[in-house]
Amino acid sequence: MKPVPFDYHVPTSVADAVELLRTLPNARALAGGQSLIPMMNLRAAAPSHLIDLGKIPDLCGVHETASNLRIGAMTTQRSLERSAVVRRHCPLLGEAVDHVGHQQTRNRGTIGGSLCHLDPGAELPVAAAALEMTFTVTGPGGSRTMSFDEFPAGYLTTTLEPDEILTHIDVRKTLPHEGYAFLEFNQRPADFAIVSVAVLLTLDGEQVSQVRVVLGGIDYAPIRLLEAEATLTGNRLDDKAFEAAAAIAAAHPCEGDEVSPPEFRQHLAGVLVRRALRKALERTKVSVNA
Amino acid sequence: MPELYPVKIHVNGTTYERRVEPRMHLADFLRHEIDLTGTHIGCEHGVCGACTVLVDGASVRSCLMLAVQTDGRSVDTVEGVAAADGTLNPVQAALSKHHGLQCGFCTPGIIMTITEMRKESGGRQWTEDEVRAALSGNLCRCTGYQGMVDAALEVLTPLNLGRD
Amino acid sequence: MTDNPFQSWMSKSVPRVEDDRLLQGRGKFLDDIRLDRLLMAAFVRSPVAHAILKKINLDAARALPGVRAVFSYNDLRPLLSLDRIPLALPSGAIRFDVDPPALAHEEICYVGEPIAVVIAETRAIAEDAVALVELEFDPLPVVMDPRDGVDKDAPKARLDCPDNLVARHVLKYGNGEAAFAAAAHRVKDCFRLNKGGGHSMEPRGIVARVDDDDLLTVWDSTQMPHRAKAILVNALGLSEEKVRVIAPDVGGGFGPKAVFHPEELVIPAVALKLRTPVKWAEDRFESFTATVQERVQIWDMEAAFDAEGKLLAIRGQLFHDHGAATPYGVALPYNAATNLIGPYALPAYDLEILMCLTNMVPACPTRGAGRPQGTFVMERLLDRAADELGLAREEIRQRNLIPLEQMPYTIPVIMRDGSTMTYDSGDYPECQRRVLEAAGWSEFDKRRDAARRDGRFLGIGLSNYVEGTGRGPFESASIRVGPSGKIMVSSGATAQGQGVKSMLAQISAGVLGMNPKDVHVVDGDTNATVLGLGAFASRQAVTAGNAIYLATRRVAEKARAMAAHMLEASADDLEIADGNIFVKGVPQLKVTLGDVSKALSGMPGYAIPGGMEPGLEAAVDFQPGPLTYTNGSHVAEVEVDPDTGAVKITRYVVVHDCGRMINPMMVEGQVLGGVVHGIGATLLEWMRYDDQGQPATVTYADYLLPTCDVVPRIEIHHMESPTPLNPLGVKGAAESGTIGAPAVIVSAIEDALRPLKIRIRDLPVTPARLRALIAAAQGKGAAP
Ligand code: FES
Ligand code: FES
Repeated sequence: MKPVPFDYHVPTSVADAVELLRTLPNARALAGGQSLIPMMNLRAAAPSHLIDLGKIPDLCGVHETASNLRIGAMTTQRSLERSAVVRRHCPLLGEAVDHVGHQQTRNRGTIGGSLCHLDPGAELPVAAAALEMTFTVTGPGGSRTMSFDEFPAGYLTTTLEPDEILTHIDVRKTLPHEGYAFLEFNQRPADFAIVSVAVLLTLDGEQVSQVRVVLGGIDYAPIRLLEAEATLTGNRLDDKAFEAAAAIAAAHPCEGDEVSPPEFRQHLAGVLVRRALRKALERTKVSVNA
Repeated sequence: MPELYPVKIHVNGTTYERRVEPRMHLADFLRHEIDLTGTHIGCEHGVCGACTVLVDGASVRSCLMLAVQTDGRSVDTVEGVAAADGTLNPVQAALSKHHGLQCGFCTPGIIMTITEMRKESGGRQWTEDEVRAALSGNLCRCTGYQGMVDAALEVLTPLNLGRD
Repeated sequence: MTDNPFQSWMSKSVPRVEDDRLLQGRGKFLDDIRLDRLLMAAFVRSPVAHAILKKINLDAARALPGVRAVFSYNDLRPLLSLDRIPLALPSGAIRFDVDPPALAHEEICYVGEPIAVVIAETRAIAEDAVALVELEFDPLPVVMDPRDGVDKDAPKARLDCPDNLVARHVLKYGNGEAAFAAAAHRVKDCFRLNKGGGHSMEPRGIVARVDDDDLLTVWDSTQMPHRAKAILVNALGLSEEKVRVIAPDVGGGFGPKAVFHPEELVIPAVALKLRTPVKWAEDRFESFTATVQERVQIWDMEAAFDAEGKLLAIRGQLFHDHGAATPYGVALPYNAATNLIGPYALPAYDLEILMCLTNMVPACPTRGAGRPQGTFVMERLLDRAADELGLAREEIRQRNLIPLEQMPYTIPVIMRDGSTMTYDSGDYPECQRRVLEAAGWSEFDKRRDAARRDGRFLGIGLSNYVEGTGRGPFESASIRVGPSGKIMVSSGATAQGQGVKSMLAQISAGVLGMNPKDVHVVDGDTNATVLGLGAFASRQAVTAGNAIYLATRRVAEKARAMAAHMLEASADDLEIADGNIFVKGVPQLKVTLGDVSKALSGMPGYAIPGGMEPGLEAAVDFQPGPLTYTNGSHVAEVEVDPDTGAVKITRYVVVHDCGRMINPMMVEGQVLGGVVHGIGATLLEWMRYDDQGQPATVTYADYLLPTCDVVPRIEIHHMESPTPLNPLGVKGAAESGTIGAPAVIVSAIEDALRPLKIRIRDLPVTPARLRALIAAAQGKGAAP
């Protein structure tokens, strides 16, 4: 199928893009297009104006500061995949990107596009939630930042105003002794996840001092398992702890479909949380020993 | 009716200037505006890979890119792969040798994907699992993939990487 | 002919003549066809599965700039000579034929059914107009399950039919009742197989053009151009010489393109009316709803065995989803029912087949065409019985395989062509023995136990099957040697990627001692051959292959006779190679094939030398007679993750026997593609509908095809048991890979989870379904 007719605009600054979004009716920002264009080809999305962010300078690239990485929203998944800085300082993000689509879509697809599309099966929002990324958005009134918690609004919907653009994302560097893991389950490796899990883990001696456990594919947006985090914190990570966290994950209310019904996703959530915690724990040991 | 949008796109070394509807995707531009019908459309939603071309050297789904987005860029398609006299390049020859094509509908996309793999391979030997992962974005219903995996492995050995 | 140069090409993996063009993007597929003034079509399709169509408003669509015409049924009907598309295949089992209408009116019976067509300057505009069409309808209850559908209280899938039981047939031989009464062991089970599609990477498509002299030329992405022509002649009321159908390069068929769909009539009719060329190139979203699919069957089955595990009888019921019309007769459930028997001696069989109309797209052949289902059921029953009797799976099969000395083996079932079902050649026990050996079956326990110690669950499976191939009644082929010496071959065979041109070229080049590259082949064009059938039932090597073989031999003999006259030598002393006919041992004493052709084309007023018939050409319509049976044995190894239900196929071995092979490389290509299609049907592919008949999987993100990274390397070994039924001794190979796959994979999965004793009854085996079975077994206290 072909998209419905629309007008095309290529602003060269964020301000111009915002102005177009503000003034034109039924306008939508186009990032890499790997989610929006299929929907337009299906006529499931039908914007009247498409604002291509592809020619705005400074929206691409990974910039390193002392404690942070600042990632331009238009940075492609492929360049994240290949970024040595990301691999070194944000390995969880690197591991998540490895699961995203095929190289033909990663060459075009952007981190900002994936986050804003907010597909329940997408990997990057789950990593963003676990890494507590901060989003900077620019609208007619200027820029504001928000935490990931404030970002999702509903199924395939964010709290961005229609005339706001996500410009970049800040993420703190993962410390060398932090353990991490991103795991997902699907029928074919490059598909969206049926269920995915991201874990970030800091130990104090044998005890968990800090842990993030985030589930994807269970609800419309990633779910941070606060209860599991609380249960784990301050305790040793032994089989009992894994089981307790897995049980909490598996008890989370869940949507589903005929191929992957709710009870299956819940079961997977438990399995993956257990496996991800184990993997993250191993990685804390590797870095401590290294 | 939205206005036509002028574009200048360099395809296989030739520059084409056209005025196109913004909604025309790159695959339709190649096929119907400049008659390069070697790039095929198998799904139009970015999964089958039959429409794979290189834009500025990187493989993309041409059904998920608008022609207007390629304004000023260079595009490589299957038509530009063989020598001008029709001599097959090593990727094409290996696909034939290993029976990596049957109906040939997916083949142009496969060739462009392997072309990118060769460019990016940095002279190393690929494993079969790596080749299978890299080709997994191209659906083929005829061959069961084995012939094209063997062809890719052959042209991705360090020995054969330089040849073109 | 002891020194037949034919030998030098037979059974060789010659590179294909098709490849060069395709590799350079120079193939001409349907949507690549460009004509002056070409208009584009898009269809208005039913958004619901069952309803009375009350009103259709086309005004807004017609008013859209760029739209040239819009046709509903009422606009189209005056262009047609018949109310419905005449497709019925004769069958005694059919209670009433349900030919589809070209465009639905009054009643709409499945989502995707065409209702109207828009013709516009571009496809995009045509789609814009489709969106403006207003439909008003009263919804009706839907029939989605073939077992519920034949219940007497079920709603009707079509109000224009007396009920949903469109056909009923009982396949029965032997004394089943006595066998069951005397049986030492019985196993009983119910299986449900789900819908999947052909999914050629190129969707369907049609271009139709009318010339000034009223010739209608139709380019159709079809497997059967001659049948399409016959239907067009009939439905448009035209004479034969006014219609030409050409299958251009076809980007895969796999069954659905053998079936004549409504669009194939609508587009030519519209082109005739508008006298402007019209193209319809199906998009993938249409293809998911409007292109035929199959495989929904429910089998309630029971098998009886004696104390030694020998099959005594099988009985049961098969509920077959026929979809909303019957454009392909009852071929699918017949194939399924007869293929169940497989390579085994089955003394008694009693199967009631109930074919049910439903509100889904018509069920028509997809690679395997019913056979994978029948084989799946038989192999499952054998595995059950093996467990029950405490026999190994290979042992129970070994005890039931038809031994070589009983070949040819007759089964008292009457086939479509009136013949009795007969397995012509093949050594089934040896085939199984070889696959077990190649796969290292007897050492598998060690591998399984070692893996088990690492917490990994490996399993191995085995399946055997046959496939009746080479269906008749005939195929045509002709060969002509021109005065230039060039060889031209044409055939009613039609290519979808199998390498038909290469196959025909290889055979005739072989007979003439030439390079296949120098043989020009035209296929899939009704103007190139008057008669023809095309591609279905793994038939073209058998039918067209033998036709061109016999035709080329005639040409060779005639060339030799003429050359004998020209060289004043005895024909027996002459040899043909490289386009020359020469005296054996004296290669300089020669004439070229071109010289012979020139001499046989005659000179004005002079007699043809030697008193021969003019022309160096021959045409043969080869009638293969009864089916010839290909057979095979598959072994697969899988690794199952019991925590997630994930299945990974780690090894796959095939021993395949399709008689004599013309081109082993191409045979392997067919087997590989077939196996992978079968892997898809077993683990991934599942066309789903909601309970209102709304398709739930209309993209390749939701309907999962096998990708390169989830299929294993497949090892193929060949046996060659030539068939006595045709001169080349060849059998078909195109579907066989698919037939054995579901059975072998499921057997391996059950084996991996043997301590849990799970029983897989439904396809596809998704992780969620497998997990549910595992959870249920674990709930009963078993641990893997
Ligand atoms: S046509 Fe573009 S990916 Fe299928
Ligand atoms: S060769 Fe036919 S789809 Fe790949």
